[in-house]
Amino acid sequence: MAQGAFQLAREGLRYRGREGQWSWLLHRVTGIGVFLFLALHIVDIFLMSFGEEVFNELLFIYKQPWARIGHIFLFFGVLFHALNGIRVTILDFWPSAWRYQRQAVWVQVVIFLILFVPSALAIIMSMLS
Amino acid sequence: MEVTVRIKRYDPEKDGEPWWGEYKVEVDETDRVLDALHYIKWYQDGTLTFRRSCGHGICGSDAMRINGYNRLACKVLIRDVAPVITVEPLLGLPVIKDLVVDMEPFFAHYRAVMPWLINDEPPPPRERLQSPEERELFDDTTKCILCAACTTSCPAFWLRGEYVGPAAIVQAHRFIFDSRDRGAVQRLEILNAPDGVWRCRTIFNCTNACPREIEITKAIAEVKKALIFSRL
Repeated sequence: MAQGAFQLAREGLRYRGREGQWSWLLHRVTGIGVFLFLALHIVDIFLMSFGEEVFNELLFIYKQPWARIGHIFLFFGVLFHALNGIRVTILDFWPSAWRYQRQAVWVQVVIFLILFVPSALAIIMSMLS
Repeated sequence: MEVTVRIKRYDPEKDGEPWWGEYKVEVDETDRVLDALHYIKWYQDGTLTFRRSCGHGICGSDAMRINGYNRLACKVLIRDVAPVITVEPLLGLPVIKDLVVDMEPFFAHYRAVMPWLINDEPPPPRERLQSPEERELFDDTTKCILCAACTTSCPAFWLRGEYVGPAAIVQAHRFIFDSRDRGAVQRLEILNAPDGVWRCRTIFNCTNACPREIEITKAIAEVKKALIFSRL
């Protein structure tokens, strides 16, 4: 089974799908990433029930440099997943918009960059200061 | 011109693993990939196995992965894929030998959507009339030749072979939106199941792969909308 899954992934990645295939793959990867963060987040909020101090002590995790870089990845994941979800929903509800499906991906990329780049820079600046 | 054709070979009776066969073929640039495959089979290696029937893009027998992309070998010109042409079997269906895959899972999904006219009403004295506008609704999906290029290009189908797949949804669409048909409710119920239309992730690989240029993702989205907005 594991070998089958590995072979499938290798063959699937070799298939020359276009924008839609790659955005679907990234949608899945970012979905898993955001889910893992949410799981961690639920755990840390849950620790609140053990008192203020326990919770505050745990917060040091998020102040580590690697966690700050993780923020950038988290923002990347949430933003991509949200924008891609909106694009797919639009295409599902307006079937005739399929003609512009490739352009839609590129519009999505532009909106993504406009929102992501300044935010990522802001996170990096706050890390450096 | 001389082209190199790399073909993924596999004979379950002899080979433990698939292997790449490499063949040098002298062809015209306006020949099709199918011509190159014929040349190899007839003059270089008679054991090469592939399906083809009409050779003119109508029967749907010779869908295969050419340069990493599902197409009909009889419709692809050499000049568009030369000088090195990679040919592999369709992905997601069991390989029987070389480029021949087992199409049965594909046809099982096809049969599941009841791809025939359902209408128990007494036949009218003359034909069942249909306006051009009514016909237009499903005109595109009548063009399907069941070559499986769409279904085997779909990541959702690769991950889960139980997914009914784009081709079967296209066939269902052709009857669901036919004003003469009365089986829409039954078909929509089948497609509302967990392995029905909702496995479609709007990836567009099927639309890109279809050799008949059917607007497949659009047809699937129309079925999704019919499920959401019609009261079954």
